[in-house]
Amino acid sequence: MKRLHIVLLLFIAIAIGTLVSFMGDLSTYETISSARQKEGKSVTIIARLDNSQPIDYDPVKNPNYCSFHITDTLGNKSMVVYYHEKPFDMDKAERIVLKGKMKGNIFEITQKDGILIKCPSKYKDDPEVAKKNLGQNQY
Amino acid sequence: MEYIGEHLLPGKLGHFFVVLSFTASFVAFVAYFLASRAKKPEEEKNWKLVARTAFAIDFISVFAVFACIYYIISAHYFEYNFAWEHSSRSLPPQYLLTCIWEAQEGSFLLWTMWHCVLGTILIFKAKKWEAPVMTVVCLGQFCLATMILGVYFSGFKIGINPFLLVRQLEAFSNAPIFSRADYLSIPQMQDGQSLNALLQNYWMVIHPPVLFCGFASTIIPFGFAISGLWTKQYGDWTKAALPWTLFSACVLGTGVLMGAAWAYESLTFGGYWAWDPVENASLVPWLVLIGGLHTLIVYRSTGHSLRATYVFLILQYVLVLYATFLTRSGILGDLSVHAFVDSGMNWQLILFILVFLTPAAILLIKEYKRIPHIQKEEHTYSREFWMFIGALVLFLSALFIITVTSLPVFNKVLGTHRTTGEDPEFYYNRVEIFIAIIIGILTAVTQYLKYKQTPVISFVKKIVLPTSIALVLAVLYGIFGGIHYDKYGTGFLSAIYLALFCAIYAVVANAGYIWVGLHGKLRAAGASVAHVGFGLMLVGILISSSKKQVLSYNTTGININFDPAAKQNPLENLTLLKNVQTDMGTYWATFLNNDSTNKAGNIMYFRINFQKKQGNEAFDLYPNLIKNTKGQESFSNNPDKRHYWNRDIFTYISYASTMDREKDTSAFKPYPMAVHDTVFYSKGYLVLNKVVVNPNTEKFHFSPSDTALMAEITVVSKDSMRYQSTPLLYVKDNKAFYVADTVFAQNLVINLGKILDKNKIQLMVRESSALVPFVALKVYEFPQINLLWIGALIMIAGFIMSIVRRAREILR
Repeated sequence: MKRLHIVLLLFIAIAIGTLVSFMGDLSTYETISSARQKEGKSVTIIARLDNSQPIDYDPVKNPNYCSFHITDTLGNKSMVVYYHEKPFDMDKAERIVLKGKMKGNIFEITQKDGILIKCPSKYKDDPEVAKKNLGQNQY
Repeated sequence: MEYIGEHLLPGKLGHFFVVLSFTASFVAFVAYFLASRAKKPEEEKNWKLVARTAFAIDFISVFAVFACIYYIISAHYFEYNFAWEHSSRSLPPQYLLTCIWEAQEGSFLLWTMWHCVLGTILIFKAKKWEAPVMTVVCLGQFCLATMILGVYFSGFKIGINPFLLVRQLEAFSNAPIFSRADYLSIPQMQDGQSLNALLQNYWMVIHPPVLFCGFASTIIPFGFAISGLWTKQYGDWTKAALPWTLFSACVLGTGVLMGAAWAYESLTFGGYWAWDPVENASLVPWLVLIGGLHTLIVYRSTGHSLRATYVFLILQYVLVLYATFLTRSGILGDLSVHAFVDSGMNWQLILFILVFLTPAAILLIKEYKRIPHIQKEEHTYSREFWMFIGALVLFLSALFIITVTSLPVFNKVLGTHRTTGEDPEFYYNRVEIFIAIIIGILTAVTQYLKYKQTPVISFVKKIVLPTSIALVLAVLYGIFGGIHYDKYGTGFLSAIYLALFCAIYAVVANAGYIWVGLHGKLRAAGASVAHVGFGLMLVGILISSSKKQVLSYNTTGININFDPAAKQNPLENLTLLKNVQTDMGTYWATFLNNDSTNKAGNIMYFRINFQKKQGNEAFDLYPNLIKNTKGQESFSNNPDKRHYWNRDIFTYISYASTMDREKDTSAFKPYPMAVHDTVFYSKGYLVLNKVVVNPNTEKFHFSPSDTALMAEITVVSKDSMRYQSTPLLYVKDNKAFYVADTVFAQNLVINLGKILDKNKIQLMVRESSALVPFVALKVYEFPQINLLWIGALIMIAGFIMSIVRRAREILR
């Protein structure tokens, strides 16, 4: 066997090892109720903002604490605590991707990137909003 | 119906040229294909003539399409969706071009334009490789032309027509306003949705053209490799392909780095790189391309590694196409902040990949055995062996990054639900740090090895000095600078130190090689210079990331959180009340004002003063908020920096009270109080000390004949600060007047209410969140970030030196 082949095999082994260990560390997409069953485990939830509850962010008291409520497609609800500033477009988000851990009844997010606001018009127009704008007659 | 005021000519003209470029690129493709296969020189000459003419027509059409779009945008013809969706009247003229890149169809157009320019150079310079390489380029040109075609073919939408009118959009087909002939006079049609606020940055004028020039150019090394297989002249093409490969590596690398610079300038994920899928998608082809570049040089010098070169150069272009699919299909939607959304063209994007991947894979598999290779293997002390290993490591690194980035694709195909966890950056960093270590060492050592075989003693002699210098520098940095990044344990910290040594090693050894190996001949030193730059970039990346400091750690009085759990949580935001000097680590920070805006009035600048506690250094920074466009009311934040030679202070606004000031819903609460009574509020308590009748103080001057009452109140906050408050009530002309007093630091408004019997008085207390204007902001320090940018510039300079040298070799 050539030396190069040994090196190749070694690299392949390392690559496989890395990927396998990596797969083990991946988080999974969960619903709120399945996340509750995996308390303490890092999971990802895609949900909507529950507009019936206020977003609690008072930067004068604490600029690093933002709490709000979410509801997922199954209708389950949960409170979320995010230890960073309130994301800018949060109120208008159509969907929120949250990465964190369920702790008791509260979903906790410690990482700044643990929250991703999907605003329809971030990079491309939301056809719905545009439609609404144009659809109205302003005579 | 005849609509009033529409300008239909530029659109019709534009679409005519779209169709023309589509047809011309197809003709050019077929003609070049036939020219490549022609047996007789005469036949080849004729087909080439047809192909060149068709390509010239394509060239003209593509630029005419661009001119039409530019005209529509700059003339503000908002009846066109392109202008309506991406531009506005108030947009500064320098961003009109950026509007074109913002659109999917516009960026495809940019890509084609670069194909035209590069293809023209090929026609003039590629000689015998013109026909086969241009066949590939014209196929690319044809595929891209379909992306802006915008026609329906038996139910399938092919491409997006950039010249659609707003009223022709499917989404608006039933909108009532279009039943009016004069719909353009309606206010909504008088102005466009404008350019995304985050893209209104000077980097966005230049970054996309450079990046797309890089993307477009990668088809040329790919085309050369395919031509080699196709014409069965397996190794011949490498000489002509070398400067093109260098060019691609240089421009694509520059484009990626400009994207990083833009992210640093205007995004707020706190740095220049976040392993965002969109960033990864452009980095991965570059890594593979760099691998291919190195094996190409190995082949040119020794005859080894030709097969690997084929694999790398083919794969890098397939990865460019795959990146196009990833970023434009909307599949990254849940992972990336800046991918395009699904535009219903996914099948077309997949087809784009397959059109290139399938023939390339078939050709490669079919011809693989016939690609010449040297049986005798490389010597251990040879440059080619270690260059190949380096290329392989880069390839593995690319493979790792693209696998993780492709998780949403796997999820879709396999039906799984996996994703990166809370800390996606560390997923990449913990692997890439080892890649950096290996690449750093290889970059340092490999040039000291000779091709074929190196006498061990002379190699050791030459390498000892740079090794010791690098070791001393790394140790000195460890002692005097020091990295204390313990977030992921000592193992990771040691890896950072090791990587830092390797990066310094790469810089020192390659700088040294210019003298030791090349005897100062700068003309031949392109590679060494590029490697010095690359090494410096690594040093800059390692130090600025591992020593990045949050200066705005929230430790100050007014913001202490009594929740014990909060201790483990990052407290990166600091709230600054207007004109209140606040403790921020080694600085005093003061929010002075937010009075200034830009000309268009859509950017609000916050003037923040920073004063070093020791010494008398003081400076102002102006982080700002940009009002969002596209019908969004909220803001985008835009950081500001202070540059030092050895670090940057970087700050951005996380929240500003001006953002939603209407929301102060707090109300006064009444408390009946006797003297010495106490009342609690959320952050402390207040005591009514006494009630003074007709006070005569600094503030108020009443005489005994007046009717006035003043309460003297002491406010004691949780952090034991004491504040005095003196609300007042007086009667004049039989009317009662109330003079409330405000304790700004506690956001308390205290007023007097009714006078009750039994020596009691009613105190009205209101806790407000929006009394004083304030901002919550983040302040970071990036040490040695300049090394990254200087390193990038040096690397680019090295690339250009190599391109010039290799291009001269061919033209000579």
